[in-house]
Amino acid sequence: MSEIKILLNNEERIVEVQPYETLLEVLREKLGVISPKCGCDRGDCGACNVLLNGRSVRSCLILAVEVDGQEIITVEGISKDGLSKVQESMIDNNSFQCGFCAPGVIISATELLNNNPHPTREDIKEALSGNLCRCTGYLPILEAVENATKE
Amino acid sequence: MSILHDFEYYKPADIKSAVELLDKFGNKAKILAGGTDLVVQMKENIVTPDAVIDIKAIDKLNEISLDDETLFIGACVTFTELMESEIIQKYFPLIKDMSATVASMGIRNRATLVGNICSAVPSADSAPILLVYDAEVVIKSKSGERIIPIEQWFAGPKKTVRKDNELVTGVAIHLIKENHAGCYEKLGRYSGEDLAQAGICVLVFEDQIYHVAFCAVGPVPKRAEITEKFLNGKEITPEVIKQAKKLLLEEISPISDIRSSKEYRIHMMDVMFDRGMKKALNKLRGGTHV
Ligand code: FES
Ligand code: FES
Repeated sequence: MSEIKILLNNEERIVEVQPYETLLEVLREKLGVISPKCGCDRGDCGACNVLLNGRSVRSCLILAVEVDGQEIITVEGISKDGLSKVQESMIDNNSFQCGFCAPGVIISATELLNNNPHPTREDIKEALSGNLCRCTGYLPILEAVENATKE
Repeated sequence: MSILHDFEYYKPADIKSAVELLDKFGNKAKILAGGTDLVVQMKENIVTPDAVIDIKAIDKLNEISLDDETLFIGACVTFTELMESEIIQKYFPLIKDMSATVASMGIRNRATLVGNICSAVPSADSAPILLVYDAEVVIKSKSGERIIPIEQWFAGPKKTVRKDNELVTGVAIHLIKENHAGCYEKLGRYSGEDLAQAGICVLVFEDQIYHVAFCAVGPVPKRAEITEKFLNGKEITPEVIKQAKKLLLEEISPISDIRSSKEYRIHMMDVMFDRGMKKALNKLRGGTHV
């Protein structure tokens, strides 16, 4: 067991972790942050995406001990003071059905818009290409991100 | 799936401590950089190390630098960092183009170029580029430093010539002074998560020297030496390309697997070689530097 200290959604959190525990497991099971989902557990689907120091990463492929001293933002943090523009746009566009992929998609879209406030359709597709959705066929998701940049 | 076995986690702050740990644990240690391959392998019990040595706290390994006309890419440099680096954009735009084809944003933010060649899957995207540039793999161990030409690095599918007590600190590429241009062509099923089904990189020089390397169509990524020898000194005409293709197809040895059939790979190598040569020659004639 070792103790790690992280800045999670702007709050300092200290937690005991085993070296073999992934960040995804620790977030969900020890820290009560359940927006990141376990889809494939091997880096393919993007459902477990979180922002690590501002970058989207697969929390299922990161050991919790690795992120000691670093900053993590999840959807809980993004919507702390109300929904973000892109989240509102996703509601307006009926972007999701079951919603399982949504937190990961929101993380990828948030990273994209932070770095590039006026992405092209191609930029949006590229940024979201690592997020698999089994329900929607992606169009309402792409449209939501596009619309969020227009207003 | 959780990782089902326990191990010690180390995060050394300098190269010296890292190689001491490697020396102590030997093949019971695994080096952790981006973790996009290692963590999956640990979950699937393919590897069960006693010690995991996280090298991300070693400053030197996070560097992209240009000294004495030599580019150094540290072992912890991610594909995203390569794409954003001014040095890479200015001197090695081909590395930027290649990096953009690797998996998806969430993986590129974590996965490293050096990790890619250490995992040494036959489809390693980074390999053809490093091969055409005659890159060198820089290795440290307790007994000192060893430099291995990338051409000699791959020993078989998922195998390299790295010894258990050695740490790859990065790759080095010497700046090319002559006017040249290049192109990386990759065949994947869709952008996002895919490994290369076939990949080819060509570099053409003004004085009719050609470098050609491929991945995913043989057990290891490799330079197409016979094809190069034939091409060197020749003006590229449709007839020369036709003959070169024949040689190239003899140099590759693709297999059929879940991602595509042998026949399809052969067909596509034919097409991609053509395409890559045309694009590279166009760039060269357009005067753009790569
Ligand atoms: S659960 Fe992490 S990428 Fe699918
Ligand atoms: S809405 Fe169901 S997976 Fe995307």
